[in-house]
Amino acid sequence: MSIEMSQVEHVADLARLQLSREELERLSTQLSRILTYMEELNAVDTTDVPGTTSVVAGEANVLREDEIQPSLSQVHALSNAPEAVDGLFQVPQIISDR
Amino acid sequence: MSLVKCTLKELQDRFTRGDVSAVEIVRAYFLRISVVESKVKAYITLNDKETMLSQAQALDDSLRAWRKTEPMMAMPIAVKDNICTEGLPTTCGSRILGGFTPPYSATVVNALQAQQCLLIGKTNLDEFGMGSSTEYSAFGPSRNPWKLSSVPGGSSGGSAAAVAADECVAALGTDTGGSIRQPAACCGVVGLKPTYGRVSRYGLIAFASSLDQIGPITKDVMDAALMLNVLAGHDPRDSTSADNPVPDFTRAFKKKDVKKLKIGVPLEFFAEGLDQEVYDAVGEALAVLEDLGGTIEEVSLPHTGVAVATYYIVATAEASSNLARYDGVKYGFRAKESADLLEMYRSTRQEGFGPEVKRRIMLGTYALSSGYYDAYYAKAQAVRTLIRQDFDRVFQDVDLLVTPVMPTPAFQLGEKIEDPLQMYLSDLYTISASLAGIPAIALPCGLSRKKLPIGMQILGRPFEEDVVLRAARAYELATDWHKKRPLIR
Repeated sequence: MSIEMSQVEHVADLARLQLSREELERLSTQLSRILTYMEELNAVDTTDVPGTTSVVAGEANVLREDEIQPSLSQVHALSNAPEAVDGLFQVPQIISDR
Repeated sequence: MSLVKCTLKELQDRFTRGDVSAVEIVRAYFLRISVVESKVKAYITLNDKETMLSQAQALDDSLRAWRKTEPMMAMPIAVKDNICTEGLPTTCGSRILGGFTPPYSATVVNALQAQQCLLIGKTNLDEFGMGSSTEYSAFGPSRNPWKLSSVPGGSSGGSAAAVAADECVAALGTDTGGSIRQPAACCGVVGLKPTYGRVSRYGLIAFASSLDQIGPITKDVMDAALMLNVLAGHDPRDSTSADNPVPDFTRAFKKKDVKKLKIGVPLEFFAEGLDQEVYDAVGEALAVLEDLGGTIEEVSLPHTGVAVATYYIVATAEASSNLARYDGVKYGFRAKESADLLEMYRSTRQEGFGPEVKRRIMLGTYALSSGYYDAYYAKAQAVRTLIRQDFDRVFQDVDLLVTPVMPTPAFQLGEKIEDPLQMYLSDLYTISASLAGIPAIALPCGLSRKKLPIGMQILGRPFEEDVVLRAARAYELATDWHKKRPLIR
């Protein structure tokens, strides 16, 4: 399995990673090797085998009453923000004025 | 005997009797840390000594009138740095959590602190738990106390090294594909991965949510049971935590043998690639278990060979999704001077994550992406079912399985860092139990010619930690590998 450079760039874009040229090239080689190794899974017959999403017995949804309970205060929630203003998280401009 | 050499049980007994004060404990451990930490580098963050001394003093004062203690009271515990501790920085070994101090503590930390343990510090790990050597920590690697040029294993390498080097009495680790057991084996200590759901994951920073589990790293099996007594239990804040009864796990030790227990030896775990010294040590351990009354029989787990491939698809897919939250908005590191929001996301993640985390995010994103989902992710989930069914089938016949923990003793620093696939393959023997969600313990069973520890692994049925612990303790009482301690130089 070899993974093409354009695919690596596409995946990096999906993952929101601004990889350098050098990283993209190295990852292209490394991911190809790893994906080749993973091809051994194709030898396993999984016809009619359901996938495991959870090893928790029962698999029932865990629900609770929708009751108001104490939670993090606004001050606590913002205490780690790189930038905050007026009780809100602050981010760079989203809509371009250009 | 020096205070720092005590097991958790011994230190608890001495403190309960009043033979030692909390202040003396803090002094002894900080002295030990000042001597060895510069070599071992087990910790990312140490708690402030003066703060701990005043906490210990207050504890001693409160006990003066009436000495009523709890098991973890005054016990110096280290916590892996991917578990949230209110007021103490939590980094996950990553630049991307730079400056993050959790506003709350994990349920396991609250449980320990409810008994007034002394949280001594936060231990090193591979970034976000992704690695088998601590070499992928943004803060540099920890060292193996047995041989400083060797890795301590990973990802909970800091916790295992801290316990082995007497820099804490016991520690918390986390295990996604072997990250408690493999470093415990590398450092010659005991590591227990409980059944998935046995211990709350609330406050554990997620790597792969269907696999992550918190557990103890300790000096012996008795201590692992004492720790599990505090950690186990249902938590409404973790919907995957099981609402099962929690026994006193030390009751499992009433029987000091393994009579009437059938122990399976999975052939696939003793095949090519297994180091001869490890093979011999685990073989001798099986002979000890047989002497203790166990019945040994060969069994087969036919899908063992595809467990690594399965794991590295499932785990990276979950990781790519879990790590999407690191976007520089709500906490941690943010890249400077971005023109717009999208550029800020991309440069924050580019600068904040290390190479292995990026590699796994890429792999996981690829496995989940349109056109590849069925071939990789759905396929791996189906194979995971077959791996679980292998265990279900053998556990109808045997009570326990015994295997090596890793194919070789601890490898050298730098040996595998340039070859991710080789690093992944070092998890071969621990990954299956993670995929199946079953309990597994690693405990020392030998020393190599180069004086590096060798570990054996005992696996059991879901929620039968008591059976696993009973066999491990019986083995431990019949041997003295767990009493061997490194000379750090």
